[in-house]
Amino acid sequence: MTAPPDIDEASHPPAHARTRAHRWSVTGILGELLILAGLLLGLFVVWQLFYTDVQGDREQKAIVESLEWAEPPAQVDTENIQVIPDDLKVTDRDPDTRPSPGNTETFATMMVPRWGQDYVKPISEGVSRPEVLDPLGIGHYPEAAMPGEAGNFALAGHRTTYGKPFRQVDILEVGDKLIVQTADIWAVYSVTDWEIVQPNEYDVIAPTPRDLEAGVTDRFITLTTCHPLYSVAERWIVYGELDYWAPTGHGVPAELLEVPQ
Amino acid sequence: MISTWIWSKLPGPWLVKLLLVLLVVAAVVLMLFEWVFPWVSESLNVQDPTLVEET
Repeated sequence: MTAPPDIDEASHPPAHARTRAHRWSVTGILGELLILAGLLLGLFVVWQLFYTDVQGDREQKAIVESLEWAEPPAQVDTENIQVIPDDLKVTDRDPDTRPSPGNTETFATMMVPRWGQDYVKPISEGVSRPEVLDPLGIGHYPEAAMPGEAGNFALAGHRTTYGKPFRQVDILEVGDKLIVQTADIWAVYSVTDWEIVQPNEYDVIAPTPRDLEAGVTDRFITLTTCHPLYSVAERWIVYGELDYWAPTGHGVPAELLEVPQ
Repeated sequence: MISTWIWSKLPGPWLVKLLLVLLVVAAVVLMLFEWVFPWVSESLNVQDPTLVEET
């Protein structure tokens, strides 16, 4: 066997080395392929952690803007905003039902004052990642109740990447408002509890959370998202109960204008 | 090696070569970000926030 090419080149004048520069060696090609693979993996991480957020924020904002009935984010000028009068607030019956939204249909928006006055995210039917959660933001479990309805209005959303609608789930406190708007109604929920569960604990989105036997007992909301950050080992669950629902067109819920302390 | 071979095959002076390389790299990155990576991430379940029914 001859000496490795590197040593050979080094001991010769540059003119000679030039002709050897284009020689192919297995280790050289393998090395370049490995560098390329490393670059691809690095690019994938950049895409997953940053670019999906850029894309998700842009698309979800466009979706909210395209909904004709969606109330724009609460403005700083709260003086002239009409607030829903008490006599329109309903707590003891279901809103008039509409045909259930089709898969991927965006039928509601969600506002959470704790997450900022400008937080408005679309809620779409279904919880499939490629169809709903990645491109559209928050997803509604298909068999779950609709906003304001008796049962459990159960939602899933990303906590990291793809616009991360539930990024700040860990700062929610008991009593914080989760406000949902559809074309017909406003529904105002209050956070009652939260916990971290295993991914297979399906009963957290049961009509009565954590009680599969109970059936429909009250009007709940459940948010499910990833835990810990950048992992799918567990799920962070937020529970809430309906304060009231009211028809749209008579102002916005007063809770929307309150800044939580 | 591969990179030096590609460089030697590109036409024009080095500035033109550099522009060509940057253009190709940008096109490849765009293709990866818009189509390849979304497709890959669907089969890599690292971001699923939903609950699954026990089977």
